Amino acid sequence: MLRVIGKRIALLIPTLIGLSLLLFLWVRSLPGGPATALLGDRATPDAVARINELYGFDRPLIEQYFVYMGKLLQGDFGTSILTGRPVLEEFGTRFPATLELTIVALIFAVGIGIPLGYQAAKNYGRWPDHSSVVLSLIGITVPVFFLAFILKWMFAIKLPWFPTDGRQNPRIDATHVTDFYVLDGILTREWDAAWDAFMHLVLPGIALGTIPLAIIVRITRASVLEVQNADYVRTARAKGLQEKTIRNRFVLRNAMLPVTTTIGLQLGLLVSGAVLTETVFAFSGIGRFLRDAIFNLDYPVLQGFIIFIALIYSLINLLVDVSYSVIDPRVRV
Amino acid sequence: MSTTLPPQPGGDTDVAAPVPVVRDSGGGTSLWKDAFRRLRKNPQAIAGAVIVGLFLLVALLAPLLARYGGEELPGRTYITPTHIPGFGEVDGFPLGLDRFGGDLLSKLIWGAQASLVIGVMSTAIGLAGGLLLGIIAGGFGGKIDNVIMRCVDILLSVPNLLLAVSIAAILGQGAFAVMIAIGVAQVPIFARLLRSSMISQRSADYMLAAQTLGLSRGAIIINHQLPNSLGPVIVQATLTLATAVIDAAALSFLGLGGGRPQTAEWGRMLTYAQAELGIAPQLAFLPGLCIAITALGFTLLGESLREALDPKTRAK
Repeated sequence: MLRVIGKRIALLIPTLIGLSLLLFLWVRSLPGGPATALLGDRATPDAVARINELYGFDRPLIEQYFVYMGKLLQGDFGTSILTGRPVLEEFGTRFPATLELTIVALIFAVGIGIPLGYQAAKNYGRWPDHSSVVLSLIGITVPVFFLAFILKWMFAIKLPWFPTDGRQNPRIDATHVTDFYVLDGILTREWDAAWDAFMHLVLPGIALGTIPLAIIVRITRASVLEVQNADYVRTARAKGLQEKTIRNRFVLRNAMLPVTTTIGLQLGLLVSGAVLTETVFAFSGIGRFLRDAIFNLDYPVLQGFIIFIALIYSLINLLVDVSYSVIDPRVRV
Repeated sequence: MSTTLPPQPGGDTDVAAPVPVVRDSGGGTSLWKDAFRRLRKNPQAIAGAVIVGLFLLVALLAPLLARYGGEELPGRTYITPTHIPGFGEVDGFPLGLDRFGGDLLSKLIWGAQASLVIGVMSTAIGLAGGLLLGIIAGGFGGKIDNVIMRCVDILLSVPNLLLAVSIAAILGQGAFAVMIAIGVAQVPIFARLLRSSMISQRSADYMLAAQTLGLSRGAIIINHQLPNSLGPVIVQATLTLATAVIDAAALSFLGLGGGRPQTAEWGRMLTYAQAELGIAPQLAFLPGLCIAITALGFTLLGESLREALDPKTRAK
């Protein structure tokens, strides 16, 4: 098992090298080259020449690539043009916010999606089934940012139940240990701070979680439909096992395999969704930072972000594959 | 529910293999004719077709339907910092105005045209690139296949929307950049789909027959293997039209669309509706609804097409 995981991680390396090469060429193919990217369109030729010398952009491409790779391997993703701070440091302070948001979205999607999909399959052809199919279709076709608008208007502006934006009420004097605001509040026993941070997560979490929710409902429904008439389920029923035991140990366990894959694949979608959701709710996570980077053509940030996401995305896929063997011992990774 | 039996290994050597009953009398039906017949009976497909038809009609007839041009600001004098006229508040503007003084109804109509152009063009770009790579990889196999698929894997390791965003960042702002960015971001998906579909055809009997007849490799790939592999790609293309409309709106919502702020484009209209969400929510809701309904139409159509082409449901 460990050997297989090691092999899979080794297989990741060529993908990441390829990606870094692509990104390297990407910045070099920008109109005006990397110096213009750093200085802006109105840079004087003199300034461009100075930057080229300073950053080594006048060296041969191959040499530049190896220097760039060497820095990457040491965790040096470059410096943000926008803030002047190292890219990795910027990610470090913002990633917890996005992770917190993603976790809430995923709990929402999985916690509601699997029971809903199960009920739809149980009631195949009746109203719970039809309504869940229609709901999941709507969930797939409504753009994330539009949904975020509706939620914000409905539950923050018309009915002021939730805050409209931000991560925490600035008037609350909260201590931040880990930068996960809810966790911070719990750790420091500042319950009002934890509650306030949680309330700030509800609406963005629902907006972000709706597409994964819709997809999880559909996959769970299809998967349970396939499993629930299997011979072993009939046998279990004939043995007189309790419905709860049949559901948990026979139907759901076997139906979960495709669902796990889907959940893993959704994580990539959640990250791109976070860019849009965080923009609407002015939630200062990594997504909103990326949006600012796009607006200001902050290439080191964009470059670092893409490598970072690709790495996480690939690791999640690996995790999904490994979790197969836990759910289904017949699958050997 | 009836249980379906798994396909038997070496089924064609079995003597008593049951022959599926074809209810069709006189002449064979092609896969596509058959699929079309099934589509016509599916209410989901009809709903999708009606939505898509309506969308096409509005988009193509926009110059006739819209009273004002996409960037015209006929109601500028009615806008005050605290008030934006809504439904029917000012004569001549049935849905009210936007914050620049544009007629909301006209802008929604022009927005349909913009979405159609971006959706169709970017899907076409993705399809063309994917077909080319998929044919080479799936048709020839071997080393070329390996190289192409590794590149596709690299691109697939970046979430789709982010890929589109990075491509748009190179190309600079503008509707044209958005089209190419969304299209190119779809290429790996189409390439992989076509490749696997072509590989599954490789061992088919008709391929062996064509080889025995001495046809050239290129002719076999183009005339035999490709047409039989296109089903899933066409389904994907229909579904991609939906994602392209949503992604285009997302990119222009993020500010990559270029052009002037008042350009009639659904995603952009949402961007500029943010500040006035409290006083004029219709400015966000109507364009958002247009995006959602259009995407719904293409999704319904694509999914019913998938069902209609699926051999598992074909026997019914």
